[in-house]
Amino acid sequence: MSTRIIEVRAKVMKQNDLLARALRERFESAGVCVISLVSSPGSGKTAFLEKLLHRLAREFHVAALVGDLATENDAERLRRATPHVRQITTGTVCHLDAQMVETALEGWDLAALDILFIENVGNLVCPSSYDLGEGLRCVLLSATEGEDKPLKYPTIFNSSDVAILTKMDMAEAAEFDLEAARRNIESVRPGMRIFEVSSKTGLGMEEVLCFLRELRAHASPSAMAEHIQS
Amino acid sequence: MHELSIAISMIDQILEEAERRGGLQVEVVHLRLGVSSGVYKDALLFAYEVSCEGTPLAGSRLEIETVPLRIHCPTCGQSRPAVSLYALHCATCGTASHEVVSGREIEVASLEVAA
Repeated sequence: MSTRIIEVRAKVMKQNDLLARALRERFESAGVCVISLVSSPGSGKTAFLEKLLHRLAREFHVAALVGDLATENDAERLRRATPHVRQITTGTVCHLDAQMVETALEGWDLAALDILFIENVGNLVCPSSYDLGEGLRCVLLSATEGEDKPLKYPTIFNSSDVAILTKMDMAEAAEFDLEAARRNIESVRPGMRIFEVSSKTGLGMEEVLCFLRELRAHASPSAMAEHIQS
Repeated sequence: MHELSIAISMIDQILEEAERRGGLQVEVVHLRLGVSSGVYKDALLFAYEVSCEGTPLAGSRLEIETVPLRIHCPTCGQSRPAVSLYALHCATCGTASHEVVSGREIEVASLEVAA
């Protein structure tokens, strides 16, 4: 049977991308700085966020959306720092998408917030394909996971703006090769800013807080992009 | 395994397009898939086949063209192929760059339909 070809050129992620763009515009006009966290499960996203929220809540109006397949456990943990926390339970879905973020924000006055965190589902693959409208994407890598994770999952590192090396208090015990980790990140995402932290001991947290304060001060997205690179 | 949700939204999009153009019968779908799209080709092929069942696309074929990674090289002043997904360096001069120009696409390029 003969066939003919029809040009389509349709982006499959168009619906998510359009929603994400609308969210980004809403965040910008409300003046809220939106930061997402991605990592593998168990790399310390929630512990890191809990510490950040406790510190930032003294200076800013902070809020968080936290994604998991099931349970409200993470939201309950984070609510000790701020009441503005909502859990997104995805059921069987391995990532957050822009629609889930939009739904979770319902009823919140964004203009009353300074910084909003979005903790993605623990997964180094799927979240990389979904724009959530965030202004900054942080990828976390724990010292116990090994320094070659960036080479195994280049796309998530490549689509992120900043890398946070967590559990650095355990680096020695885990024989974590810090220089190799830095080299691998640089290779898959040249120029990416890297922070070394321990949520447990507080190591390096002050540098992250300084960075976030400055980020918050740079309201426009272009200024923000410049700040991330510097 | 987000390939399943991507396959489903792709199928919805194709069916909508076919309907809009007067009810085309789609035989082959040509997809451009960037190496840095975060989507695994084999998983998507499998998800597509499974998700087509029971829809007018049942029996259609998905053909995937892999789009290599290109970066903007500040030294060459133009778009160049990257060494690899694991080394975002200009394949011509070696300068590192994180400015991805192409390689993240998930795009339905064309449809082959019954004439």
